[in-house]
Amino acid sequence: MKEFSDSPASEKIPFWFDPKKRAILFQFITFCMVGLLAYYLISNTLINLKRQNIATGFSFLHKESSFEIGESLIAYSAASTYGRALLVGALNTIKVAFVGIVITIILGTFIGVARLSTNWLISKLAAIYIEVMQDIPVLLQLFFWYAIFYETLPSPREAVSPGAGIFMSNRGVAFTIPEAHPAHKSMLLAFVAACMIVYLIRRWARKRQEKTGQFFPTFRVGIAIVLGLPFITWLAFGAPMEMDVPKLIGFNFEGGLTVSPEFIALLLGLVLYTAAFVAEVVRAGIQSVSKGQREAAMSIGLRPALVLNLVILPQALRVIVPPLTSQMLNLTKNSSLAVAIGYPDFVSVANTTINQTGQSIEGVALIMVVYLFFSLSTSAFMNWYNRKVALVER
Amino acid sequence: MEQAVQAEELRPPITSVGFIGWLKNNLFNGVLNSILTIMTLFFLWKVIPPIFRWAFIDSAWHTTGQACRQAAGACWSIIYTNFRFMIFGFYPFEQQWRPFVAMMILFGLLFYSRNRNHWKKPLAYAWIIGLFTMGLLMKGGIFGLKSVESTQWGGLPLTLLLAVFGLTAAYPLGVILALGRRSKMRGVKVLCILYIELIRGVPLISLLFMSSIIFPLFLPEGININKILRAQAAIILFTAAYIAEVVRGGLQGMSRGQYEAAESIGLNYYLTMRLVILPQALKIVIPPTVSILISAFKDTSLVVIIALFELLKTTQSVLSNPEWMGFSREAYFFVAIFYFLGCFSMSNYSRRLERELSRGD
Repeated sequence: MKEFSDSPASEKIPFWFDPKKRAILFQFITFCMVGLLAYYLISNTLINLKRQNIATGFSFLHKESSFEIGESLIAYSAASTYGRALLVGALNTIKVAFVGIVITIILGTFIGVARLSTNWLISKLAAIYIEVMQDIPVLLQLFFWYAIFYETLPSPREAVSPGAGIFMSNRGVAFTIPEAHPAHKSMLLAFVAACMIVYLIRRWARKRQEKTGQFFPTFRVGIAIVLGLPFITWLAFGAPMEMDVPKLIGFNFEGGLTVSPEFIALLLGLVLYTAAFVAEVVRAGIQSVSKGQREAAMSIGLRPALVLNLVILPQALRVIVPPLTSQMLNLTKNSSLAVAIGYPDFVSVANTTINQTGQSIEGVALIMVVYLFFSLSTSAFMNWYNRKVALVER
Repeated sequence: MEQAVQAEELRPPITSVGFIGWLKNNLFNGVLNSILTIMTLFFLWKVIPPIFRWAFIDSAWHTTGQACRQAAGACWSIIYTNFRFMIFGFYPFEQQWRPFVAMMILFGLLFYSRNRNHWKKPLAYAWIIGLFTMGLLMKGGIFGLKSVESTQWGGLPLTLLLAVFGLTAAYPLGVILALGRRSKMRGVKVLCILYIELIRGVPLISLLFMSSIIFPLFLPEGININKILRAQAAIILFTAAYIAEVVRGGLQGMSRGQYEAAESIGLNYYLTMRLVILPQALKIVIPPTVSILISAFKDTSLVVIIALFELLKTTQSVLSNPEWMGFSREAYFFVAIFYFLGCFSMSNYSRRLERELSRGD
């Protein structure tokens, strides 16, 4: 009878059969192992640093950098600090990533749509582009474009001019830009104001449509305002027309806007490579919207533009946005390959800093922190956007 | 009845079948498409013939660098002359059959593994033996093979070595990380999430810098690990995080019923995972795993930046030779073909596999 009277609860279970206690033990062991490994590595590092007489810490950021940086968005000279040099690098990374992402999305969408074209020739060309560009390492593409720039284009003295006011040479591409004028600042302000007005109009139009069903051509009016307002400002300032044409002085162009070959090669490589991936994302997104949706939208009498705007795009974006985010992040991370062709991005500047100061741990840590920041902030923004376009369910 | 016969004899107009019909349907359906087609054809006509002329008609094939500069077209001589260096790097010239045989073993194994019917235990053993033999062939030092230091390894074998070993080691690590991320144990889960997100948030270059600059500081005095192994470790740690995310997708695709069924027949965690969950989950994610493989293969080119002599670096060092300076297009084109063939066959294979798997078996 004894075995029947014993209920399992009263029996003492050894702790290695109790999943809860076992989990605690297991986690404890894991943490101990990770901790020990960290301790081992850190203590070794400290010993090695002491032996090599390397001071740790970020005090080097305040020292004079004494190296030049080819292009910079803010004032910088060799007398500036390492901290400022790194800031210049970070800004350069942001510059190439931002311009790259904008062009990539446009080009990628274009190719993705071309891939779905009913035109056999265009569809096949897009398919070839996507396959070839995806299968060649982006670093190789960067080297290729950089080499093309250096080997094909002549020196500034024999610069080729494909269009009025544009000069291409192996020192970069020089563009003619309007000469600085106080009007430009006001035009920028007018542009920002126009954007805000359009945003308000859109909200108002949407509300009115939901209430009364009346449609307001937001898009056309919006374009008119965004372009019109700065134009009126420009006229109001007496329509300044002076142009800043690049002139050949000595061995290089002066004046105008010169874009360095490194920047162009980096941009070209990143954009052409990532656009192939974006094209696939866009294609998959558009294909994910079933044919019935388009037919249903047309059957209730929507015009083609509205079918695209109100029915197809909102559904396709839902599929497109998450993978598009990871492609944008890939582009940003791949921009670190700039170090291989000498564009002064963050990694490149940090690398120079490491070589000069020997602060390798701090340097690499900075690289990681900055890219983590880029990654996390981009994905935070895209998550916010994704929530906005995501399916609203009950 | 007569009418039916007549209807059968009525043939479609010549303009809607055959070649003309195809043209009409695919290239000239509508005004816009016709304009697009004509513009594209014009563009191709402007672009393709000059490239063809450059690559094949005006090109130089077996000349010296000096003679190449006279030619109007491509200078393929740069590849013809430097082929062995570009492929094998600084590996001793008379020993280069060894990396060649190693690569052949790898290609043989890959080719044999293409068929899913061959995915059995013996194949796994064959891979282990094959990888071991490849390492042995490269390194030498026994069986009368001359020892070749890994500092002399280079070119295509190094690229393949980094990719293949990187993936074989990263895969199990990635699976463990994915399981950890799905674990009910908070501590383990947090550690795995931290690792995965941290690695995925930073570019591979930063890890390669870490491996080449910082890693020596991590080790006690007197212990040195060679550069290739360090870069290899960085690639493994990097790829594992990406594999973990792919595998996690597969694990999430498993229905609860599978876990419950395994539990109900009394399997413990380890057996549940090994016998029930992982075989199914890993099968679902074969296609995305192949894309990770493809990007890992492409990413091996990044070791150029820490000055390892893989395929791209050997090519660059040929290009820095004054005799061959200025023929980057041809040289990079040649390297691109290698990468393209590798990646294209992998992505093709992945598509085939996807079709096979979706057919259900």
